[in-house]
Formats: sequence, C-alpha cells, structure tokens
Amino acid sequence: MNIVTIGLNHRTAPIEIREKISFPVQTIRDALVRLVSSSYVNEGVIISTCNRVEIVAVVNDIDKGIWDVKRFLSGYHNVPLDRVNDHLYVYTAETSVKHLFKVSAGLDSMVMGEPQILGQVKDAYSYALQHKAAGVIINKLFHKAFSTAKRIRTETRIGSSAVSISYAAVELARKIFGALESKIVMLIGAGEMAELAAKHLLSNGVRKIIVANRTYERAVDMARDFMGTPIMFREFVHYLKDIDIVITSTAAPRFIIRPDQIKEVMRTRKNRSMFFIDISVPRNIDPLVNSIGNVYLYDIDDLSGVVEANLKERTKEAESAEIIVDEGIGEFYRWVKSLDVVPTIISLKNRLEEVRAAEFNKALSSIRNIEDKDLKVLEAMTIAIINKVLHTPVMHLKSGANEVDGDLYIEVVRRLFDLEEDMDLSRKVEKG
Amino acid sequence: MVSFWFFHITALLYFVATLVSIVYFLSHKDRLLSIGRKALLSGFALHTITIMARWVESGRTPAANLHEALSILTWIIVGLYVVIELRYKLSILGSFVSPLALIILITASLLPMEIVPLAPALRSYWLPVHVSLALLGNAFFILASLFAIMYLIQERYLKKRKIRGLYFLLPSLDVLDELNYRALTYGFPVLTLAMITGAVWAEYAWGTYWSWEPRQIWSLITWFIYAALLHGRLAIGWRGRKAAVFSILGVLVLMGSFLMVNLMSLGRHGFLQ
Repeated sequence: MNIVTIGLNHRTAPIEIREKISFPVQTIRDALVRLVSSSYVNEGVIISTCNRVEIVAVVNDIDKGIWDVKRFLSGYHNVPLDRVNDHLYVYTAETSVKHLFKVSAGLDSMVMGEPQILGQVKDAYSYALQHKAAGVIINKLFHKAFSTAKRIRTETRIGSSAVSISYAAVELARKIFGALESKIVMLIGAGEMAELAAKHLLSNGVRKIIVANRTYERAVDMARDFMGTPIMFREFVHYLKDIDIVITSTAAPRFIIRPDQIKEVMRTRKNRSMFFIDISVPRNIDPLVNSIGNVYLYDIDDLSGVVEANLKERTKEAESAEIIVDEGIGEFYRWVKSLDVVPTIISLKNRLEEVRAAEFNKALSSIRNIEDKDLKVLEAMTIAIINKVLHTPVMHLKSGANEVDGDLYIEVVRRLFDLEEDMDLSRKVEKG
Repeated sequence: MVSFWFFHITALLYFVATLVSIVYFLSHKDRLLSIGRKALLSGFALHTITIMARWVESGRTPAANLHEALSILTWIIVGLYVVIELRYKLSILGSFVSPLALIILITASLLPMEIVPLAPALRSYWLPVHVSLALLGNAFFILASLFAIMYLIQERYLKKRKIRGLYFLLPSLDVLDELNYRALTYGFPVLTLAMITGAVWAEYAWGTYWSWEPRQIWSLITWFIYAALLHGRLAIGWRGRKAAVFSILGVLVLMGSFLMVNLMSLGRHGFLQ
C-alpha cells in the first residue's frame, strides 16, 4: 500500500497548462474509471479546481504507479507528457498525506487559509466514492483530511481575518462597535467597492442603510437594493449625528467631510464612536477627522494595509496549523500500521483467547469436585477449538496480505471483532 | 506556618500564568490561553487555601496588616476574573490579570508577613464587613483600569491604522468600554458602603464617625474622583479614551494613597500601631 500524489497548481504551472489537463465534472466518471483501470493503481481521487489538478492514488508499486498516473494525465488529455512533466510535482507516502491535509485546510491555497478548497476536495472524494474509485485507504485518508481541516479552522485563527478590502471594513467595524445590530450606515456616492462593503455590513446585521447621491434618482435606486432610505445629497450632514458608519465614494474633487463638522456632530451624539470609510480617490474626507476622539477614519490605502496585516497574521497562524496537520498524519499512520497483517492476527488471537478464558473460568466456577487431570483436558479442548476456528481465517489473512484487496480483509476483520485501531504491538505481544 | 508555604506556591503559579501570558502576546498561539488559564485557576485555588489557612492560624479575619490586605485584594481580583470569564468568555483578560496578581503578591511578600495580634479597639464584627467591602470596591476599580488599559491599546491600533499584535487578540472597543463602565458601576456603591460601614465602626471604636484622618481623607478624594467619572459618563457623554484615562488615573490615586497611608502608618488605619 503506497499513497502518491501527482499534480500541479498555480505555483508550478501557468493557466495554459492547468486548463489543458483539468477534469470537468461532466466527464469525471470516465476519468476515474480509466485511472483505476491500471493494474498498479488500486484507488484514486481526482481533485480538479481552477488553481490545481491533483491525483491522489493508492498504488501497489510506487514507480510503476506514478508512471501510470502520469501516462493517464497526458493520455487522457492528449497532451504530450514532456509538455506537462516539468510542471508536475510528485509526493509519496507521508509527504503525500501531508500535502493532501494542507491542501484541504487551505494552507496550500493562493489566499492562505481560504475555505472553498475544502468543499472542492470533499466533492472530489464523493465522485471517487460514487464511481467506486475509492477504497479503504482513500476513505480513511480523506476523512482524516476533513477532520484535520475542521480542527485547524476551529483551533487557529487562520480563516478569521478578512483578506478583501470590503470585508476588512466590516471587520474593523466589528472591532470598533462589537455588535453591529443597532448601527446605522450612510453610503455617500456609488462605486463597486463601497456598495460591496455596504452589502457586507448589511449581511452582518446593521440596522439600516441611508443612501446619499448627487443624483437623487440614483440614490432611490440604490436604496431599493439595500432596503434603505434615500436622502438628498446636500442634506447628508444633518443626518450624520445618528450615523455610526459612513462610507464615501464620490467623484468630488474636494473634501466633502471636514473636521469642524464632525467635531460638532460628535458633541451632539455624546461622543459615540464613528467609523468613516473613504474609498474614493481623490479622498472625500479630510484626514484630520481621524484626530477627533472616538472617530476612526480609514482610506483605501489603510484598508489595503489591514488586508496585508491580516494575511501576515494568517501566515503566522499557519505555523500552528502545521502542528495540527502533523498530529493528523500521526493518527492516520497509526491506523495504517494497524492494517499490518501480523498485529491484526495477534489482536484477533488475543480477543478470542480473552473470550475463551472468561467462559472457561465461568464454567469452572459452577463445576464442583473436578480432578486436576480432567481440568487440564477440558482446558486443552477449549484452546484447541479456538485454534481450529482461527486456522483458516489466519491463513487467508496471511496470503491475502500480498493481494490487491488485502487491506480490505484486514479492515473487515478489525471491524467484525472490534479490534482497536491504535494498539500497541509490544504490549499485546507481552499479554499474549 | 502552612500559610507561608501556600502563599509562595500561589505566587509561583501566578508567575507561571504571567510567563504564559507574555509568550501568548508574542506568539498568538491560542493553545497557550488554556494553559495560562489553568495556571491562574490553580493559583486561585491555592490562594483560597492560603487565606483559609491564615484565618485558622491567626484566629481572626486575615486582613489585619498590609500583607494580608494585599493578599486578599489579589484573591478578590482573580475571583472576579473567574466570574467575568464564565460570563463573558473573555479569556484574554486572564493574560492581563496574571501579571497584576503577580505584582501585588510580590509587593505583599516584601512586607512583614508575621501574624500580629489585633489592637483591642479593632476587635469587632465590623472588621470583616468594612475591610471586605473596601477591598472589593478597590478590586472593581482595579479591574476597571485593566479594561481601560486594554481599551487604550486597542484604540491605539485602530487610530494608528497599523493593526498587528494584540489587535487580533483583544475584543472590540465597545465591549471594553462597556466592561469598564460595568466595573465602575459595581465598584462605586461598594466603595460608598465601605465608607459608611467604616464611619459606623469608627463611632463604635472611637466614638466619632469622622475624624479627618489621612485614610478617610484619601477615601473621600477617591470617592469624589469616581463620582466625577460616573457623572461624566452618564451625563456629559464621556466615553472611550477619556473615560479610560480617567479610570486609570483614579486607580493610581487609589493604590497610591492605599500604600502610602498604610506603609507610613498614618493615623488609625496604619496597620502597625
């Protein structure tokens, strides 16, 4: 049993190559069937997204298996192998497992820690399951990858900080106001990024959005989109005292919001915090506004700075994630080891011996007046029964170990007899 | 004395919690939070035993000298942290409480730790009532100043528009401001009660409610500072930075006068008479 990964991603291959060897969903069945038709490939999953194409396969011979998968990649897409070969990476055994775990958790993605990839890997696995390309090893491997990714998401902050400008604005608002439920937003002007920020704020629960625009009809249109209230542009200053978050994005050549206005506004609203987001270039809000107490002003560059800092924080979190990945690998390989035929036979024998000894002693306690000699005969008989029963299954397990579906037999035996996964071989041997 | 040993083990656990907090601030590894919390909570458990042991050993409320008062003050602060943590899930507060608890306990350990007999005039049921109210009030104000410090740190990040470090770990400004306010609204009535019980006790012990001795004067000053702060918050709309700075100043006056009056043993509140 060997796990290999052969693939390419956004770092190793340009889009021209990636698009040539990607696998559309419609034909994934054919591809999977052809992949596992190789006599060296026992199981396989094809992960195909716009940033990566990867084949995770369980092969019975590493070199021949890798060669077959590569031939399949080039043959299936009619691309000469030497055109793609330089772009391909090949991972085997533990590095292959590690790579899959990292990919699933978004640690190998273009945007560190992004969550979509996990869904894509889950889809890839379910196709393989559906079309019978996944077996015992792949099942366990992918489930471990999913649970590891989930752990990373809950135990680190890898996905918690915003990596887009419009979302960074929402996150800052949360750091200033805590809950956004009672907050009112004013959107001055129009623009893709400003409207996106307003939309994010709305879906994060702000109470109301007020829209101001030089063209009143445009304000009415936009307000309809946000289920908000349109106001006349020249009146927006009068509303500011009730507004918590202001987003500006107008084409005005001068500042439309000045410090003296905001000082006055802050007095009337009893210094409750205000958050200004200036997405316009040239800027709409005088930067001096930021020096007023409890007022926070971010322009487009500041927001990019926040995104950059968040990405850095994610990279830092990735270090903690690596530890969790390593733990997941450890757990997976403990399971793999349990699939070895020898420990399985030992624990099977131990399990039956436990039953035999317990039953024998139980029977013994209700028999009176028995001679030692007879006792020995009885005990020998129970042992003989166990050994006779075990003989054929053990023989099959041993010979099956070298067959393609040997792992399956072992897994079935372990499940039927409830033999625990992470058993310690030496302990068991001692006991037996 | 058993209580001495427990006292030092308690201090050691607070020291461990402080170290973990510092590493957490630098590394942002969330796993450290639970380790630090465990150290702080075990410290609290041992601290409880320390105080009970001392109570048994001295046969009276263990708040008769400055060492004992500081130890109980620390115990109340950590205890309040436990309550807040349960209620608000604000585990990072522990990282601020641990160093503070350590500093106060180190101060306490530098002071004479012997168990001294109580002056006859002070032997009264008013002792535990008055002292525990006074210490509880102080603990609330100290917590308020911790929230204020957290607020000022977070506000600085947001104002400078350079986010990094503690920005990611600290809660929102609104939450910190609210917690600061809450701590004040609990602390102020408790302080008022402490002053009233103190006056009543003084009447029993010395026959006068108010004698203008240094401790009383300073309590009055502190009371006015916090009255002004609460008034500012409720009526004039002080909040955020201004309120935070004010509550830190308040605690400086509070702790300064507390230590000064007691160390120089001025007037009747001086413990060493």
